[in-house]
Amino acid sequence: MSRVPDKPESLWAIAWRQLRRNRLAMLCLGILAVYAAVWFYAEGVFWTSRIRDSIPAYKIAHYDIRNQPPSREHWLGTNYAGKDNLLLVAQGTRIAFEIGLLTSLIVIPIGFVLGALAGYFGRRTDTVITYLFSVVGSIPDILLIIAIAYVVHGVVERSATMQTLTRFIDSGLLSVCVAMGFTGWVGLCRLIRGEYIKHRDRQYVLAARTLGVSHLGIMFRHIAPNVLHIVIINFSLRFPHLILTEVILSFLGVGIANEPSWGAIINDAKQRLWLGNWWELAGATAAMFFLILALNLFGDALRDALDPKLRSAD
Amino acid sequence: MTAYLLRRLLSVIPIALGVLLLTFLLFRIIGGNPAIRLAGKNATPEKIAQITRERGYDKPYFLNVENFPHQLFDAQFPRLVGRLLRGDFGESITTRQKVRDILVEGFWPSLCVTVPLFLLNLTLAIALALLAAYYRNTWVDRLLVVLSVMGMSVSSLVYIMVAQYWLAGEWGIFPVWGFEGPQYLLLPVLIGVVAGVGGSVRFYRTIVLDEMYQDYVRTARAKGVSPARILFSHVLRNALIPILTNVIIALPFLYTGSLLLESFFGIPGLGRMLVMAIPNGDEDVIYTETFLGSMLFVLANTLTDIAYAWADPRIRLR
Repeated sequence: MSRVPDKPESLWAIAWRQLRRNRLAMLCLGILAVYAAVWFYAEGVFWTSRIRDSIPAYKIAHYDIRNQPPSREHWLGTNYAGKDNLLLVAQGTRIAFEIGLLTSLIVIPIGFVLGALAGYFGRRTDTVITYLFSVVGSIPDILLIIAIAYVVHGVVERSATMQTLTRFIDSGLLSVCVAMGFTGWVGLCRLIRGEYIKHRDRQYVLAARTLGVSHLGIMFRHIAPNVLHIVIINFSLRFPHLILTEVILSFLGVGIANEPSWGAIINDAKQRLWLGNWWELAGATAAMFFLILALNLFGDALRDALDPKLRSAD
Repeated sequence: MTAYLLRRLLSVIPIALGVLLLTFLLFRIIGGNPAIRLAGKNATPEKIAQITRERGYDKPYFLNVENFPHQLFDAQFPRLVGRLLRGDFGESITTRQKVRDILVEGFWPSLCVTVPLFLLNLTLAIALALLAAYYRNTWVDRLLVVLSVMGMSVSSLVYIMVAQYWLAGEWGIFPVWGFEGPQYLLLPVLIGVVAGVGGSVRFYRTIVLDEMYQDYVRTARAKGVSPARILFSHVLRNALIPILTNVIIALPFLYTGSLLLESFFGIPGLGRMLVMAIPNGDEDVIYTETFLGSMLFVLANTLTDIAYAWADPRIRLR
């Protein structure tokens, strides 16, 4: 009696097996888990104070302990208002993750749907969508982000519905995410379009079409699972970029003003660095450094595991 | 070739119009009446009305249908296009200076920083990428890759702040602020190279490695060509095409690339002007720099395509 073969291993299982063997990738995953834990903690602190309508600990000024270097009570020292720098950096982690998530909520739907439409249907649809992303892609990223953030700031200040929205999301955070979201989809859209062009004439798509599956069904139920890994890789490599851009936006004055994002902390530290207060800068920079390093290295490993063809030949 | 050239150049027009339209939508329609922003926080309604009239913000957006047919194009968008075609970019609201003059003034200082920065970054990055590729999969390669990623993980703002404080401030090796001689450019350029080289090395290494596994390399190796000769006279030459593309695409960023460097070191370039224009809400400056930056990018893109078509006849026929 011939043995029925087991269910073949899925792409994800194979990729996970490969990642497990990669010690560096596992180390990075561990680091990312630590950051996620800090994020949940900071989110907890933030929302408890919101619900109780109290001022959270990281926002309370202690003028008697201003500008203190790192000590046993304050591991990362205190800032000009006597706020504990470690608490601020932890909140910065929350902001960084919120930026990553909120921006992706804009980038992924727009980039994926437009890319899928362009790649799957081709012809006119493709021309229009290609034109659209060529236009957006032509405007230097940072300039477009500045322009959008600047405009959104104004809109939030004037509109009443936006005002209610900012009770849940900081207005600076909102404008930063909207700005980075509406510029960031171009890269993903290009990649997804390319993948759909590759897939649209494959046999399984042809088979689905013969069976009478609708275009939407083919696009999102049949092809989408095969290109989903692109979204994940793209996310893990875009996230560091978002964090770094936020710092520049803070410097330019279109960033987050009321919450201690890493960009805001670094910009606050700017003047005090000249008084010799290096710890404010060091805290946020170190926090950013390890997160971005882990994300970059893990993203590379993920890409190698999920999409061997994209890998450079080594 | 002429037909291709013409076709490619003509395709710039719709993109340029698209960029104009998009920025117009952003600033004028979503952003609301700019006069309110221009007039400042404590402006009287009369003042706002006056600015609105002066700058034509009370006109229709696209077509003035009411005054058909004589003043059909007496609307904001057509007037903007006309103005830009004439090279009139408006004036700064803070200094009342013509934006065109501001651009001309800021152009040279910007180039002084970005051109050496760009060239140094490029040579250093390609040299290190070749080194990494030559020693691929050894500790040299791994060290270079890890160092590159580490370099990419620090904000450029931090590089600037730390270098300015220690190298210029505490140790006094470089001047801290100003634009009075070549020595004022040393530190900004150095920081720019250090901050940017990591990403470039990683990128060029991939390109060189992709080339290394081509058939012609195997043939050369089989013939007994020395590894160094393969790297420099075979691989590098072929890798130059993607490298060149990347270089040309990066060129427009020369003009805003040193946004942060210029403002930290007091170099009166385009980047610093933009940084100062943002908190003041100086729309004409922001608008013009955005538009011209995009146009440079589109032109650079077109140039790359033409260079490609010139080098590879197959592209022309598509």
